[in-house]
Amino acid sequence: MLEVLFIGLSVGSILLLVALGLAITYGAMGVINMAHGELVMIGAYVTVLSGIWLGANIFVAIPIAFIVTALLGLLIEHVVVRRLYGRLLDTLLATWGIAILIQQAVRLELALSFFGIHIQGLGPGLQNVSVPAILQGTFVIGGAEINRYRTFIIFVTAVLAFVTWLIMYRTAIGMQVRAIIRNPKMAAACGINVARINALTFAFGSGLAGIAGVMMSGFKTVFPDMGTSMVVDGFLVVVMGGVGSLLGSVLSAGILGEINGFVAAATNDILARAVVFGVVILIIILKPKGLFALKGR
Amino acid sequence: MGISRRTLVKNAAAFGAFAGAGLPHIWIKNADLARAAGGEIKVGVLFSLTGGLSIVEKSLHDATMMAISEINAAGGVKGMKISAIAEDGASDPKTYNEKASKLVIQDRVPTVFGSYTSASRKAVLPVFEKRNNLYFYPTYYEGFECSKNVVYTGAVPNQQLSNFIPWIVKTLGKKKFFIVGSNYIYPREMAKVSKILIEKSGGEWIADEYLELGHSEWGSMVNKIKGSGCDVVLSNVVGDSVVAFYREYKNQGLTHDKLPICATVTSEIEIAAMGPEYAVGSYTSFPYFQAIDTDRNKAFVERYRAFVKDPKAVTHHALESSYFQVFLWKQAVEKATEVTPVAIREAVKGQEFDAPNGHVKIDPDNLHTYLTPRIAQWQANGQGKIIDAYKEPTIPLPYVAYGETESNLFCTGKGLDTAKLKI
Repeated sequence: MLEVLFIGLSVGSILLLVALGLAITYGAMGVINMAHGELVMIGAYVTVLSGIWLGANIFVAIPIAFIVTALLGLLIEHVVVRRLYGRLLDTLLATWGIAILIQQAVRLELALSFFGIHIQGLGPGLQNVSVPAILQGTFVIGGAEINRYRTFIIFVTAVLAFVTWLIMYRTAIGMQVRAIIRNPKMAAACGINVARINALTFAFGSGLAGIAGVMMSGFKTVFPDMGTSMVVDGFLVVVMGGVGSLLGSVLSAGILGEINGFVAAATNDILARAVVFGVVILIIILKPKGLFALKGR
Repeated sequence: MGISRRTLVKNAAAFGAFAGAGLPHIWIKNADLARAAGGEIKVGVLFSLTGGLSIVEKSLHDATMMAISEINAAGGVKGMKISAIAEDGASDPKTYNEKASKLVIQDRVPTVFGSYTSASRKAVLPVFEKRNNLYFYPTYYEGFECSKNVVYTGAVPNQQLSNFIPWIVKTLGKKKFFIVGSNYIYPREMAKVSKILIEKSGGEWIADEYLELGHSEWGSMVNKIKGSGCDVVLSNVVGDSVVAFYREYKNQGLTHDKLPICATVTSEIEIAAMGPEYAVGSYTSFPYFQAIDTDRNKAFVERYRAFVKDPKAVTHHALESSYFQVFLWKQAVEKATEVTPVAIREAVKGQEFDAPNGHVKIDPDNLHTYLTPRIAQWQANGQGKIIDAYKEPTIPLPYVAYGETESNLFCTGKGLDTAKLKI
């Protein structure tokens, strides 16, 4: 029982890890960032590369991945997304294109493979990251064997969610972000530099994706296509939780994770996934704006 | 669905050009004619160079191209050079079908080498059957197919499991099987054969569970394995799920010395992807491993590494079949009186070749390949240590799950005897 609860929690935290960055960019800026999964992939590759070239382990890779993907996010915002605010479907298409570009850049080793130069750790092949010994195996709590690496993921997700909450609700920038979520034009009229705040928000959301990538690299294969499927799961959480609501994302990730965990334990994983999608559909029918929708003005 | 105007115009134009050229023979009727026509013999090479499956399929493509370049370097076939037309299946069955049609209809190749998944093979099958063309398929697969237009050079279930299951029960002394796989035809058919063999060997299977292809959330499944009371796990998990599975297995505290994973898909390529430390002590059954200790195989591995310019590249079962099947084809073309798909198919029946894995032979009835089953235990260096092997190649029985035996073949030169199939 405790083990099933724990697995549900860990599934939920992985969902939240991917959804957190999406929740910020979609919620605050109305950008459907289809390249989010590729930013996760970049985070995973940063872990691989920092392992190969710097000898750094997964802990050291977290801040590096955050900085790299945040800078990449800033670049994407400046070059493409900035020109598309208020055009929801256009952002979808444009960021999808960016996703493909990023994938190919990794696959072609930043186009250096055309010149016969190979960067170890990049390219179309499969890469892996070894997890430090203290994160391998299990420890026992109340008779249940608890997986160390999953505990670590839950811990990191909790810290990231808390930090995001702190920034959003306890800083001046966070207040400006929330004002933009409610009404961007009014926020601009009140003297908020919307363009600058949006850029920072996008960079922060991208940075969170990078950290998600570091976590993913510990239990998944790292390869150029790995991010593609993650975006769907991320939007599942964001849409069910309610756009722009941090609490909504946290709760919906938790609920979906536990549903997945319990149904999988009782029957099988295939049915569990179907049930998760069924629940999301049901909730969107009953509450079209998600569980914790913000009241519009 | 009708023929669109565009296709009509295109076809009419093509036919016009065709007729204008004096209706040349579609097939090269004899070697002299071919030599006159430029001394080339075209073949199709169809693997995914992009998309999710490209990681594995690129290596099969490379092995095929390497075989072709080796044959050309040694003088070609009957004095003709092989000219490969490579197409990209893009990890998508629909693209596979289109590219196969292009190769068969437009390029008029007498043979295509290709496919890694059953899905892509099923997608191209109608093209080859309708045009009576010839396809060489290198991957181990679930059997349950009897086409006179396909030559199968990978293992079928009886060549992976007929030695494996009895060996697990007798040598490892494990009796309670937990069968786990990806949710599609290959793992389910493998499970079907396994269950028959497990019961025959005096063991029992206590569960039979599946996960979506590409799924990487193994928490619940490994927890279920842990609580099931099994003493061995039989894995038919495919693709990058393999990596997540073995990692979760270790991270939940399971070890291969107490509860080994015995796998039918996990090859050198997946081991390299997960990191060998997660697989040390587990087992796989395949006719070919990179570690096969013969001079022929060592030279093959070296040549492959030189060919792809990667000193760490690994070879694996489907890759090796991709390589040797081109040589079987070459021998068939040399024996055939004309270079047509039908003549090549008739000539390939009973062809034998000394492949890196050992002696192989095409079964004249079902066009599958005699291969030598082997069992390896994975080591810390990412290589399989071969600990059990058949002395000689075994007969391929694609319908073993439905009761096919050596003396009672379902798939013969005359086609499939459907009366024997009890589904």
